[in-house]
Amino acid sequence: MHELSVTESLLDMSVEEAEKAGAAHIDEIKIVIGDLTGISEECVRFYFDIISEGTIAEHARLSFKRMPAVFRCSSCGHVFERERLAFSCPVCGSPGVLIDSGKELYIEGIEVSYDGDKTG
Amino acid sequence: MMEIKLVKNILDANDRLAEDNKKAFEAAGTTVINMIGSPGSGKTSLILRTIEKLKDKCGIQVIEGDIASSIDAQTIAGKGIDALQINTEGECHLDANMIRQAVRSFELKPGLLFIENVGNLVCPAEFEIGEDFKVTVLSVPEGHDKPYKYPLVFSKSTAVVLTKCDLMPYIDFEMDTFISGIRSLNPNCRLFVVSSKTGEGIDEWASWLEGLRRR
Repeated sequence: MHELSVTESLLDMSVEEAEKAGAAHIDEIKIVIGDLTGISEECVRFYFDIISEGTIAEHARLSFKRMPAVFRCSSCGHVFERERLAFSCPVCGSPGVLIDSGKELYIEGIEVSYDGDKTG
Repeated sequence: MMEIKLVKNILDANDRLAEDNKKAFEAAGTTVINMIGSPGSGKTSLILRTIEKLKDKCGIQVIEGDIASSIDAQTIAGKGIDALQINTEGECHLDANMIRQAVRSFELKPGLLFIENVGNLVCPAEFEIGEDFKVTVLSVPEGHDKPYKYPLVFSKSTAVVLTKCDLMPYIDFEMDTFISGIRSLNPNCRLFVVSSKTGEGIDEWASWLEGLRRR
């Protein structure tokens, strides 16, 4: 639901970094999203197309890497990704504890091109 | 083409403003609680009950975040408490900048500052506002499955307050499933089971808050 704020921030940061590097255009933005954040990729793409218009990020590709929420079983130690509506261990059924958060929300990197580049 | 490696939090700008807010709160001796819960979960009622318990023991101020209207701030101010309303004009959450702007016209006092976020279990979880800690407020009628459906807010909260516990006899609320979900996401999270209507559990919650206050 808060994808607009996220997308605005994403665009601002990418443009700032690309300009710092003297680039003419942003070709791709690589985004890492944890499963627990509930950010919808479709929604980010939708907003991005609108708000990037007329910026050096216009038509940039957005690539998303999803990071799962990872739990460790409190009883047998088995490490697993969450089931839809349960955090219990698929091996022994004991409750798992969130270890590898799945709360990620960051830009891994951007691909940029310079004036005279044929690509992008 | 060239790749620029960043590994930068997308909400970095917000987080930096939140750090500034936090410094201002610390300097004023204000302990800030970010109250997050669905519309109708009983956040305002819980704050009102807490005010009754604590207003003679420590300073209390309240910032109310809503999409529109100032009903909640008026209710709180009616109790003789400093209250400030923020209208987000459609935004589904409070962010650090809104809080920064708001506290410019608000004299921070030592004690507790409750910031009641916009009614929503999803978005407010993502935005730091400079709070000392988050509290999730969930009511019994919303159901025991909420930690599984909205894991982020539960994983980031220092405490969960389960409200409207007087309705427990009428609702199929599986307490074990609820507690197990919270424990999996956040093993150190405190749980308070309260009713703002009957006053059940309010003492325990209030004394916990009092203990967390900056001195």
